[in-house]
Amino acid sequence: MEMDGRSSSSAVIEADSVSLQQSRRSKFIHQFTQQSLPACKPVLSPPFVISVFFVVGLIFIPIGIVALHASRSVVEIVYRYDGECVPEPYRSNKLAYIKDDSISKNCSKSLKIPKHMKAPIYIYYQLDNYYQNHRRYVKSRNDKQLLHGLKYHDASSCHPEDANHGHPIVPCGLIAWSLFNDTYSFSRGVVDLKVNRKNIAWKSDREHKFGKQVYPVNFQNGTLIGGANLDPNIPLSDQEDLIVWMRTSALPTFRKLYGRIEEDLDADDVISVNLFNNYNTYSFSGSKKLVLSTSTWLGGHNDFLGIAYISIGTSLIFIAFVFLLLHVNNPRPYGDTSNLSWNWKPISS
Amino acid sequence: MSSRRRKQKLIKWSKLYTFSCLRPTTDESAPTAHLIGQTGFSRVVFCNEPHLHKTKPYKYPNNYASTTKYNLVTFFPRALFEQFRRVANLYFLLAAILCLTPLNPFNRASVIAPLVFVIAFFVFVLQDREVNSRKVKVHVGNGLFEQKSWESLLVGDIVKVTKNEYFPSDLLLLSSSYEDGLCYVETMNLDGETNLKPKRTLEATLCLYEDIDFCKFKGTIRCEDPNPSLYTFVGNLDLDKESHPLSPSQILLRDSKLRNTEKIYGVVIFTGPDTKAIRNSTKSPSKRSRVERKMDRVIYLLFAMLLLISLISAFGSSLFTMSENHKGWYLRLNDHVDPLSNPEDPTFSGLLQFVRALVLYGYLIPISLYVSIEVVKVLQAVLINKDISMYDETTGKAVKARTSNLNEELGQVEMILSDKTGTLTCNQMEFKKCSIEGISYGGEVTEVDLAASRRMNIDVERHRFSLDGSDSTGRSVEMFDLSTGGGGGTEKDVLGISRISNSRKDFFVKGFNFRDDRLMDKLWIYNRSNVNDMIMFFRVMALCHTGIPIEENGQENKLMYEAESPEEVSFLIAAREFGFKFCQRTQSTMVLQELDPSSGSEVKREYKLLNLLEFNSSRKRMSVVVRNEEGEIFLFCKGADEVIFDRLADNGRTYQQATVMHLSNYGEDGLRTMVFAYKKIDELEYEKWNTVFTKAKAVVGEEREELLENASELIEKDLILLGAVAVEDKLQKGVPECIDKLAQAGLKIWLLTGDKKETAVNIGFSCSLLRHDMKQLHLCSSQESSSSQQMKDVKKEIMYQLQSYNKLITEENRDDSPFALVVDGKALELSLGNDLTKQFLSVAMNCDVVICCRVSPKQKALITQRVKEYSGKTILAIGDGANDVGMIQEADIGVGISGMEGMQAVMASDFSLPQFRFLERLLIVHGHWCYKRISKMILYFVYKNIAFGLTLFYYNTFTGFSGQDLYDDWYMVMFNVLLTSLPVISLGVLEQDVSSDICLKFPALYQQGQRNIYFSWKRIIGWILNGVLASLSVFTLNICMFSSSALDRNGNIGDIEHIGTITYTCVIWTVNCQIALMISHFTWISHFLIWGSIFSWYVFLYLYSTLPSTYTYRIFTEQVGPAPVYWIGTLLVVAVAVLPYVIHIVIQRSFFPMDDHIIQEMKYSGTDVKDNPMWVREQEKSKQLTQVGYSARVDSKIRHLKEQLHRKRKSFYSSLTNSPMYKTVVRRDINPTLQ
Repeated sequence: MEMDGRSSSSAVIEADSVSLQQSRRSKFIHQFTQQSLPACKPVLSPPFVISVFFVVGLIFIPIGIVALHASRSVVEIVYRYDGECVPEPYRSNKLAYIKDDSISKNCSKSLKIPKHMKAPIYIYYQLDNYYQNHRRYVKSRNDKQLLHGLKYHDASSCHPEDANHGHPIVPCGLIAWSLFNDTYSFSRGVVDLKVNRKNIAWKSDREHKFGKQVYPVNFQNGTLIGGANLDPNIPLSDQEDLIVWMRTSALPTFRKLYGRIEEDLDADDVISVNLFNNYNTYSFSGSKKLVLSTSTWLGGHNDFLGIAYISIGTSLIFIAFVFLLLHVNNPRPYGDTSNLSWNWKPISS
Repeated sequence: MSSRRRKQKLIKWSKLYTFSCLRPTTDESAPTAHLIGQTGFSRVVFCNEPHLHKTKPYKYPNNYASTTKYNLVTFFPRALFEQFRRVANLYFLLAAILCLTPLNPFNRASVIAPLVFVIAFFVFVLQDREVNSRKVKVHVGNGLFEQKSWESLLVGDIVKVTKNEYFPSDLLLLSSSYEDGLCYVETMNLDGETNLKPKRTLEATLCLYEDIDFCKFKGTIRCEDPNPSLYTFVGNLDLDKESHPLSPSQILLRDSKLRNTEKIYGVVIFTGPDTKAIRNSTKSPSKRSRVERKMDRVIYLLFAMLLLISLISAFGSSLFTMSENHKGWYLRLNDHVDPLSNPEDPTFSGLLQFVRALVLYGYLIPISLYVSIEVVKVLQAVLINKDISMYDETTGKAVKARTSNLNEELGQVEMILSDKTGTLTCNQMEFKKCSIEGISYGGEVTEVDLAASRRMNIDVERHRFSLDGSDSTGRSVEMFDLSTGGGGGTEKDVLGISRISNSRKDFFVKGFNFRDDRLMDKLWIYNRSNVNDMIMFFRVMALCHTGIPIEENGQENKLMYEAESPEEVSFLIAAREFGFKFCQRTQSTMVLQELDPSSGSEVKREYKLLNLLEFNSSRKRMSVVVRNEEGEIFLFCKGADEVIFDRLADNGRTYQQATVMHLSNYGEDGLRTMVFAYKKIDELEYEKWNTVFTKAKAVVGEEREELLENASELIEKDLILLGAVAVEDKLQKGVPECIDKLAQAGLKIWLLTGDKKETAVNIGFSCSLLRHDMKQLHLCSSQESSSSQQMKDVKKEIMYQLQSYNKLITEENRDDSPFALVVDGKALELSLGNDLTKQFLSVAMNCDVVICCRVSPKQKALITQRVKEYSGKTILAIGDGANDVGMIQEADIGVGISGMEGMQAVMASDFSLPQFRFLERLLIVHGHWCYKRISKMILYFVYKNIAFGLTLFYYNTFTGFSGQDLYDDWYMVMFNVLLTSLPVISLGVLEQDVSSDICLKFPALYQQGQRNIYFSWKRIIGWILNGVLASLSVFTLNICMFSSSALDRNGNIGDIEHIGTITYTCVIWTVNCQIALMISHFTWISHFLIWGSIFSWYVFLYLYSTLPSTYTYRIFTEQVGPAPVYWIGTLLVVAVAVLPYVIHIVIQRSFFPMDDHIIQEMKYSGTDVKDNPMWVREQEKSKQLTQVGYSARVDSKIRHLKEQLHRKRKSFYSSLTNSPMYKTVVRRDINPTLQ
């Protein structure tokens, strides 16, 4: 109160902003130390709660519908080929098949397009049961080496894929070593569908994380060959397959972008896929899938978000109704004193 | 000052104290003198040559005495020790060590950063330099003395201490302003004794009287090494090749005070940590609050959770590495590169994974909670210290939270153990009433009567309005009459307040609170027929004492008094006001300036003091034998009523009956009474007695006491009763009101005092702990016990008493007869012996109030400890003196009163108050708030860390339990450091469930803390579950939303970093929204901190993603930020994650509301204004039913008055209804209605 008076009087007498500010500050300090800062003290009253539930529910349902609609408008074709692409005689021993370099890994299949697919159509490969997120795997890389090349000698985190025959490997580490090496090509009828494999990685990765002057050195030269080999004449920043692969996935089931088809595909079009089934997922019973998918503003095909929104929205409205019912049937007057402990204590005890 | 005058004064002064103070000094030729120079007695002090002590081997510590817990040097070891008493910090240490190994799942910098944060925080420890910067005059050479701070004192310095100053270190007394080298010190700070102790210099140093004498003074002291013993000292002073043995009576101890002596010179022998006072002080134990101790158990629980999920992880990881199905060639596990996932040795790998998991999931253990709690508590303490309502303007002191550990404990106090003197009372006596010749003077009505009559009047008013006009008015008038008629003495004045005119209200003399025009202004001389007895009464008052007059500020006419007890001072002041000014005392004479009733003028009369029969606790009386100028010999005697009444002459009992009645009235008002009597002795009788007495006095040995006693008995008989006086042991301001409020809040109050029973009971009455209709159970030992057999008897007796009391308490209907237990020290000692403790405490706990008197400091501590153990309740001890230190340290919360002099209690305390009355606000407002704040804060922290930490675990189940973390290391560091820590502070500092005035109005709210409902296991488990639910919804929703489909329109797929960032965003939103839901008091600071925290996450993410060459480069601007699903997803996740809590709180509020909820609602909807009677009624109801306190006493008084009224009215009506008049009136009343 005293402070109030002082601040207002000083404001009136002279419009000196400094003193005004000072008094304001001292007023604040006073209120703070006396714990009497102006405060809003919202109290949850039943009508307020019911209306909040109701309003939030009403907001959520449309969001859900929109999200669901977006997800449903995505056309997605998932085709698992790891089993089918193994020739009949090797079906019982797939591992032998995949390890045997002499056998051709070529495999052709045809896919029917169920719905009109608007370009760009994204081509993904999907691996299941592949622990790209295993700590051991995730850490087995050297970001500095990827950017600066051999200027960075310390690649201990890449062990055992850090050096070969006493020479360092670029790019080092298990992730690069195990680079996915299945390839896909598509044709509609006799016309090949052009697959654009540029710009499949994040721009920032290409420009800032993988060196433009860094070329693969000593890569896949060891006794154990992991995945794909890299062209030693192309700098890492242009090896987009590698860049995509190096973004380790969060879950053991994951997709990675392979390329884009930049033509529309019509419903009932039959496209043939010509793929090289090189990558070994047979030793750990993983699966390989080819995914063709369009996208919307919300990304790919995922109904979950929309369904979740709708169900949460409806349950909020449901809860609102339950509360309304309870409140009407068994109303507790606002600020009802009979609920105070001292008013019911003598009765209970 | 001329030396002649000084000399005269010297004799007068120093000898007079020998009356009571000077005890036989210890043997001057110390038998231990040969010890000097041996081990333990090796100290050498070069007097007046402090420079010699700047170098070894005579370098001693300086006079700095640390009063804070930490200083810069000891900070680390001590702070670490303090910290590691807490379980979580052991884990912290473990984690820190593990971080240095390859097992560390995070990068190192991210682990070190929070450590630096923690340490940087602890460096902000404030230092208390107040004591050390006090000033003292120190000799700097050439006889010059200069002011220096205490801490700069060196051994060997000569210091000059003047009257009422504290000694800065242990000194050897060289000389004093008295020629015989005597000085008086008060050691209250050391041992709690308030009496003055004489100290005496050596003959050899007597000559050093003036400053200039120290020019060339040199000497060497060889003495004992520093030790804690206060009462011993061994040493020699070598002066001019002559050795003088020293004894304790030359040693002035630090923290004691120079009294009644102008100045002294002394040489510093022990400084700072070497001083006996510091050596003797016990380090106050660091206490932890109940909530914090429970928090430890919560941490254990979380730790168990951590162990469990770590075990699961380890097990899972082993399984993963072993199973051929899962491990792929791409992991190259068979290369045995990584010992953590080595399929050849899964057990060992599992073990290592377990250890790593312990660190990885460490976010479950809210380590930062300790930092946050510390910050919050310091801020809370600042707010407590700054509270203007707890600022004492007279002393300029405010409440000080000396430790911030116990803020929330203040909200859970169930019992208060209080000291009396200096805590409840001011240790200042006020002359209040007197009864002379059977007439009571001093008609002040007590507060209780006032309040009762006021309330009665209100009732009457209401009554009048509720009934129709005329009839009830009559009744209310009648009520006045009846109640004024009831009772006797002061009760007469119950409703007829201010019958005695207080014409001079503004007039006030310290120590004299007496208002009665019949005696004031010397009017009494016209008043009475028997003026002679009145004069005698005043003479007893003015002569029968041990006091000394002192001139105040050198003014001759304004005399102040110093005496052994404050009562005597108040008598002297009263006598002065009545016209019997005691103005001079010599060895054998006392001079009074008397009012002569016949002339009305003042005459100086000299009385020869013949004998002084001292007061002691067994005699309970004191007498002086004086001869007046006419040669008549009088014995003036004052003492306890029963003692004096036993010794009255048959013809001296004229006023006995009236006096007894007055005494009982005074007693009930809590006044301390004393009876005055006198007797005239003829010359012969005196001579005869005097020879007996002198002979007895001359006897040396054990029987001296007894002989003196017998001699006194011979003369202290056949007395003539004059009257009685009543002095008030003045209560501190607001004490009864405070006690009242505390009792209503459900607190029990025990009074522990070193005083005698009567005094304690008096105070009990005056602060309304006791009242007349309370059943007082006295527990005391009737006989002195020395032998073991007697001890057994006494014990049996006490046991018997306890048993009977127990029976009494259990049988009686508790509501109508409150009990008070009064225990004396002796009985207490026996009761607290092992076998009786339980019985005693069960009786004591069942009594409404317990008063322990004659309690030693040790016993105080013992009671505190026993009660704490027995009841398990939170106990607050409050006291002001050194004798309370034990109690203060032992109690859960120790509170020291800082208003009085003496710092010992304050130093030992956790909170210091300038006045007792601030306890109310401290507990009921700040305690309540702090309790809720801290409880909520801890619960929130548990929630927050679980909600965050478990997501890491869930994620690990998807990574083959490999210990991969979902979030970037730096995100995780920021979690507790920046992103969620500040809103917690707003919850812990600014949250208020209800405002302070409502806290005070509804004392029942305090019981939420006493019953600990905000930190019950139910709540804790509830919050843990809430955390689990939140983590589950955050994690599963995110995983489902971002499983494998594209993140955005460009078909990009999210990797670990993207999913981590998105999930982390959801966590930040969730925990911050959760705290917003918990807060019921939003200041703009809270808003700023909560929403600012969320905002700061985006700022951080933006800044962090601009750091080049990191994995997360441009993650926000390029990758996650532009994806709409990121934002829409966040909204969904947050809504789902807080939903369980919202539903819970809505159900609770709607169907099972708690008191604070309803009061909030009432306040919010403005019911307090709209329906004020209800608001007031609820306040009344919220008070705990109590028998203690002022309003309880008023209630009982009203009950009493109403009963009386009812009875009277009944008899009145019955007589009325029987009268024929009434019958006709009634008939006439009825008839019209019939017509």
